Amino acid sequence: MAITVNIPPPLRPYAEGTDKISLSPADATTVAGALKVLVTRHPGLNDRMYTNGQLRPFVNVYLNNEDVRFLDGEFDAPLKDGDDVAIIPAVGGG
Amino acid sequence: MVSVNPASIPQSPLVAGMKCRVCGKQWPVSTTNFCEDDFGPLEVDYHYDRIKPLVSRQLFESRPNNMWRWKEFLPLNGEPTVGLHVGGTPLVKADRLGKAIGIENLWVKNDAVNFPTLSFKDRVVAVALSKAREFGLETVGCASTGNLANSVAANAAAAGLKSYILVPSDLERAKVLGTSVYGANVISVRGTYDEVNRLCTQIAFHHGWGFVNINLRPFYAEGSKTMGYEIAQQLGWRTPRNVVSPMAGGALIGKISKGFNELAAAGLIDAPRTSFFGAQATGCNPISGSVKENRERHKPVRKPDTICKSLAIGDPADGFFAAKLIRESGGWAEDVSDDEIRECMALLAGTEGIFAETAGGVTVAVARKLVRQGKIRPGEETVLCITGNGLKTQDSVAEILPAPAVINPQLPEFQALLVNGAPPVRKAEPAMA
Repeated sequence: MAITVNIPPPLRPYAEGTDKISLSPADATTVAGALKVLVTRHPGLNDRMYTNGQLRPFVNVYLNNEDVRFLDGEFDAPLKDGDDVAIIPAVGGG
Repeated sequence: MVSVNPASIPQSPLVAGMKCRVCGKQWPVSTTNFCEDDFGPLEVDYHYDRIKPLVSRQLFESRPNNMWRWKEFLPLNGEPTVGLHVGGTPLVKADRLGKAIGIENLWVKNDAVNFPTLSFKDRVVAVALSKAREFGLETVGCASTGNLANSVAANAAAAGLKSYILVPSDLERAKVLGTSVYGANVISVRGTYDEVNRLCTQIAFHHGWGFVNINLRPFYAEGSKTMGYEIAQQLGWRTPRNVVSPMAGGALIGKISKGFNELAAAGLIDAPRTSFFGAQATGCNPISGSVKENRERHKPVRKPDTICKSLAIGDPADGFFAAKLIRESGGWAEDVSDDEIRECMALLAGTEGIFAETAGGVTVAVARKLVRQGKIRPGEETVLCITGNGLKTQDSVAEILPAPAVINPQLPEFQALLVNGAPPVRKAEPAMA
């Protein structure tokens, strides 16, 4: 088991074509930590996802299919083995 | 008739491309709906300098009364191929409703009678599916709170496109039936609209299908502008002082404004000075909440709880832009309870003969509340946008309506009814509390 961070297809060109990365719970203890590991391994994603150190407003992040904004601690929500993190652009709706 | 493959038509010279609504970067026209630099949503950008000399009031008025009379302002390369009869809905002078809610100069833009599926979604779907065919897509779909489901299913059927429609599992039965009947693949998802939408985003990425409200969203949303053009033309080529619009994803209110601005840019009307007012249900009020609490970003609502399913989007894609427009135009946003929604569905029906769905009840109730708050003044010309038909949400209003009197087919029984038990006449509350 491991923690998986899924990269959406439009961002894969900035991550050397990778569709996901695996982390061990030792690599990151929170959702924010897992995203930091992602952009460290694939620096091309950093400017796409962050501006002035903040996650861009139209980037949505999900932990096990739940919007991180609804979790206790939000981006500081803790991770455990087997967790699935997904990044999805926030531009659907209506 | 010679059949033209829409996918072979070169790009319209009137379309400049796609533009990020956050950073302004230009992108080519494609089925990517967001800026790869910052995830900002993309919007269709036009060469207005090329459009202006091509259009005139006379030209538009000489064309059939449907949304395609405005085709120079829509993002197709060729002629439309889907939804040819959409739009051209009535703008009704609503004096009786106006008297009841305290607005002397009130109009109702009635998209409850749009063709073919009785909601304003027919406008957006006509553009999205015509565009899907230009992209050569054969499978389309949507995440929907109901009206969009009906419209995608019907228009896809008529266009011979395969459709996958994903809806929250608590949707009204009439809206599910009104989708399945067209032969669409309807999938009921155990979750909120926002969860359905997230799943559809993943499906669109995975299968490359055209989801009208996701990867076709920049084109889809342009269809809503036609409601704005029609309002301005129907008022005699001018814009009203106020527009009250329901908000779910929050796109419509902004596109009505964009429609007004484009007519002005083409020299067809004076610069608009309209204030935009947004209407939501209290059980799902992320946008009105952000306006009232003066927050730039809305707080998403995890579990919407309202009878108004069609506005039950907890994380509206255009929430930021809708709230910004409302503030900058001098408008406001409000939200109302389920009881107020039911009462105002009946009020609209009882005063104007217009049976709108729950979202119509929201819009009327919010307009009344804004008058009571002094945010809309009685003398200001105001247009209410009614976006869907009450036949789709009958259960929600059934409980407040009187049951019919039952008699035998005998005149004395009818006469007795008139004396003893005439059906109650519903009276609106006074406008000023």
